[in-house]
Amino acid sequence: MADLVQARGVVKSFTTGGVVTPVLRGTDLAVAEGELLMLVGPSGCGKTTLLSVIAGTLDLEGGEVTVLGTRLDTLAPAARTRFRCRNLGFVFQAFNLIPALTVVENIAIPALLNGLRPAEAQAKARVLAERVGLGHRSDHLPTQLSGGQQQRVAIARALVHDPALVVCDEPTSTLDHHTGDDIMALLREVAVRPGRALVVVTHDSRIFPYADRIARMDDGIITGVETPPRTP
Amino acid sequence: MDAVALKMLFGDRGRFLGIVLGLTFASLLITQQMSIFLGLLARAHAAVRDTPQADLWIMDRSMEAIDLGGVRPLPDTALDRVRGVTGVAWAVPHLRQPLEASLGLGLRRDVLLIGVDDQSFIGLPPVTAGRAEDLRQEGAVLLDEEGAAKFARAGRALGIGDVFEINDHRAVVVGLVKAKPAIWFGSYVYTTASRAREWTPRTRRTLSYVIAGVQPGSDRAAVAAAVEAATGLRAATGEEFQSGSASFFARNTGIPINFGMAVGLGFLVGTAVSGMLFLQFTRDNLRYLGALKAMGASDGLLLRMTLLQAGIVGLLGYGLGTGTAAMFGALAGGGAGQLAWLMPPWLLIVTGGAILCIVLGAALLSLRTVLRLEPAVVFRG
Repeated sequence: MADLVQARGVVKSFTTGGVVTPVLRGTDLAVAEGELLMLVGPSGCGKTTLLSVIAGTLDLEGGEVTVLGTRLDTLAPAARTRFRCRNLGFVFQAFNLIPALTVVENIAIPALLNGLRPAEAQAKARVLAERVGLGHRSDHLPTQLSGGQQQRVAIARALVHDPALVVCDEPTSTLDHHTGDDIMALLREVAVRPGRALVVVTHDSRIFPYADRIARMDDGIITGVETPPRTP
Repeated sequence: MDAVALKMLFGDRGRFLGIVLGLTFASLLITQQMSIFLGLLARAHAAVRDTPQADLWIMDRSMEAIDLGGVRPLPDTALDRVRGVTGVAWAVPHLRQPLEASLGLGLRRDVLLIGVDDQSFIGLPPVTAGRAEDLRQEGAVLLDEEGAAKFARAGRALGIGDVFEINDHRAVVVGLVKAKPAIWFGSYVYTTASRAREWTPRTRRTLSYVIAGVQPGSDRAAVAAAVEAATGLRAATGEEFQSGSASFFARNTGIPINFGMAVGLGFLVGTAVSGMLFLQFTRDNLRYLGALKAMGASDGLLLRMTLLQAGIVGLLGYGLGTGTAAMFGALAGGGAGQLAWLMPPWLLIVTGGAILCIVLGAALLSLRTVLRLEPAVVFRG
């Protein structure tokens, strides 16, 4: 299968108080379409930074990142924003659901950002709410939901505009084991399909079996890529 | 996304109400204090506005304001000299003399005796009881309604038929007029100019002002200049005399500083409370705005959402504040003994501008934070 994401020789550092800390040191990574790739490694190894670079939310200092055949590192900020809007879905560690909006309204946001009219966006959002098992709670506020349910909403929000690449940052870190299992099973069930790739950053080894491949990272570089035993 | 912005705003009820209340308070304080200030200024030239027929007021060159800072009388020949100036259609005498009235039973009151033209009665406010022509009766005077109340004798305001004394002259009330509330705290007593001359202490000069009308089609400012050139006196149009009187009052009382401080305080409180709350509201929402930015919301869209939120709270605060001020004015403003109140339409624009400054300032500070926000921040937990 073709690579949907290609990162080559990516270099990125952060400067704090005049001290420059290299985070990515010429990192290479490829993600094929139709696969769920997990990016794992110890805290501070650069997983989230690499995810941010792949998602086009962070500038890089060296190397190149190509997503869906488009060089993100050469795109102007506004063009990169439009690219993210059309082609990427996001699942955040802290859910980041807007508290004042209902489940359906939260899910509908990416569709609205892509220019759909509110009624159309909400209709699509309701379908997604059903698919993640929250049809009966469509008009609830996030504060009325459990952590697992909130992450289901976040998954539906990441998929409502049918993006080609979904990036997930520690999607199970704030959930208990059982709920984390449910969330990963749901992600595999509703998100993985031909033509789409998922990149999941995690250090939760219990969910490794849900990955098609696992890329191990340490000190800013990929140290190895492996295929885990399939989930039962 | 406008609906999303509004739901975010209304969803944070406590802060939303705080911002709106802060802006309401600022808007109320600015409008209310300015209205009282303008009301007081308007009272400084109420007597000029009571004589709308007058195109020109002619007075001693040193005079700046009506009923304030004293009267420097004119020679009686001034009336004929004004009548002789080209462009003057008519000119009548106008006397204003502070005196003391004796109501009997040992009661004495300060009055301003106003002598109006014997024939035309120009200078007389609208008559609300009796007739202007009744002034031709022996010893006849008209009292202004507020003054009649202040003239209360044995618990009853003076009315038609009542008698009192001015300078040992018998004054008979033949009617009432409705004079505009003024700074003068005594009572207005109107009579004819010739009778006013008889009742005032004899001096060489008795004429306070000459009131004149210009011929149709004449330029009032040009005629005023001609009057000044011909008589050596000061001639002012009604508007000039009004603004001159207001300016004299403002300069000699220090009230602009007092009211200016209150207005400034309203502005500062509005900025401090609402501006800071709005900024805090945006900062608390940064993680959601960052998530929107990561999901593809452009800077322009976030700018629009923030400005919409600022616009809504600004509009609500402005409307509630000016509305409350207007109600306050309607309930408390009015007569001489009541609140001085003038709320012209342009004041609403001034208040709107002040509120706009507060919300735009708060929005711009918030936007600075939003626009500098890196979308990658949402991946940092």
